[in-house]
Amino acid sequence: MVNIIWASLIFIAIIYSFFTGNIETINNGILTHATSGMNLIIEMMPLIVLWTGIMKIAENSGLLEIFSRILNPLLSKLFPSLNKDHKALGYIASNIAANMLGLGSAATPFGLKAMEELQKDNPKKDTATEAMITFLVLNTGGVTLIPTTVIALRMMYGSSNPTEIIITSILATTISSFSGLMLDYMIRRKNR
Amino acid sequence: MNLLSKIIIPLFVLLIIFFGVKKKVNVYDSFLSGAKEGLVMVFHIAPTIIAMVFAVNIFLDSKFLEGVLGFLEPFLNNTNIPMDIIPMALLRPISGTASLAIMNDIFINFGPDSFVGRLASTLQGCTDTTIYVLALYFGSIKVTKTRYSLKVGLFADLCGIIAAFVITTIFFGQ
Repeated sequence: MVNIIWASLIFIAIIYSFFTGNIETINNGILTHATSGMNLIIEMMPLIVLWTGIMKIAENSGLLEIFSRILNPLLSKLFPSLNKDHKALGYIASNIAANMLGLGSAATPFGLKAMEELQKDNPKKDTATEAMITFLVLNTGGVTLIPTTVIALRMMYGSSNPTEIIITSILATTISSFSGLMLDYMIRRKNR
Repeated sequence: MNLLSKIIIPLFVLLIIFFGVKKKVNVYDSFLSGAKEGLVMVFHIAPTIIAMVFAVNIFLDSKFLEGVLGFLEPFLNNTNIPMDIIPMALLRPISGTASLAIMNDIFINFGPDSFVGRLASTLQGCTDTTIYVLALYFGSIKVTKTRYSLKVGLFADLCGIIAAFVITTIFFGQ
């Protein structure tokens, strides 16, 4: 699926630019955008290394397990295929918590670590498991309690009440995540 | 709220180190072994990130979306949906920076307290960049058969966009 999207994005971009005479921009883009990707990696790298290091301490001390046990009543309903003390659950819990608090940079390493743990007991290594998909639906739903960037920008442009959108964001994100989880649940049931 | 978001990370790090020391874990060695895993992780996701950033950016450069919008305009003028929000809604699943840039433009042109400004704020806060997250997370563990994940992710985004529109209308009026 990602395969098709990736090809379509490039295909559309280049063909369309031929028609609109925008070839100059595309030409420059092809030569420079790899650098933008590399810059993003360089920006992310120290954070990922730092957080995987810190979280290893939490894993070894058992704190991660305690953390996942607190959220277990909720998580076991969402991930029926996972064992109660599956290592991934701690990372899933941390990822969701970091997302909720608007700490996107910390959420990514937790999420990647969760995927790694889920992959360990995946019988078909090239195929997504049900638990992986449910986790990603939760993750892309992006349940953010405090959208810090948006509030900062609203403040900058002189909003009379920068935080008034918190409640509408929470409601919209809840509906979005809930509908994603519902569809996910229905597909899982149909597949059984 | 501001203080809370500043204090939460230091507290979290403190809690982890404190608990580790209390449980007599070698915290320094644990950190190093985790950090090493992190480096390998970066190494694994690097190709995915370069591939996605490249494709998304040349797609944005081509101004294809603007072309589609020009085509859609006559239809949308018959509805209550403000024209200026559509590019943001379309870009939200692909690129977080691009949709943030559009929100920025909306704030400059209409102000953050306009209907479209509030709608953009809600939209930015309510979903994440689905396609990028899927590519990154599945890419990191080399899963290529993603089954129904994209369908579910985009369905959730669509519901989020509709919900943002309805909720903003109810809360603030047009």
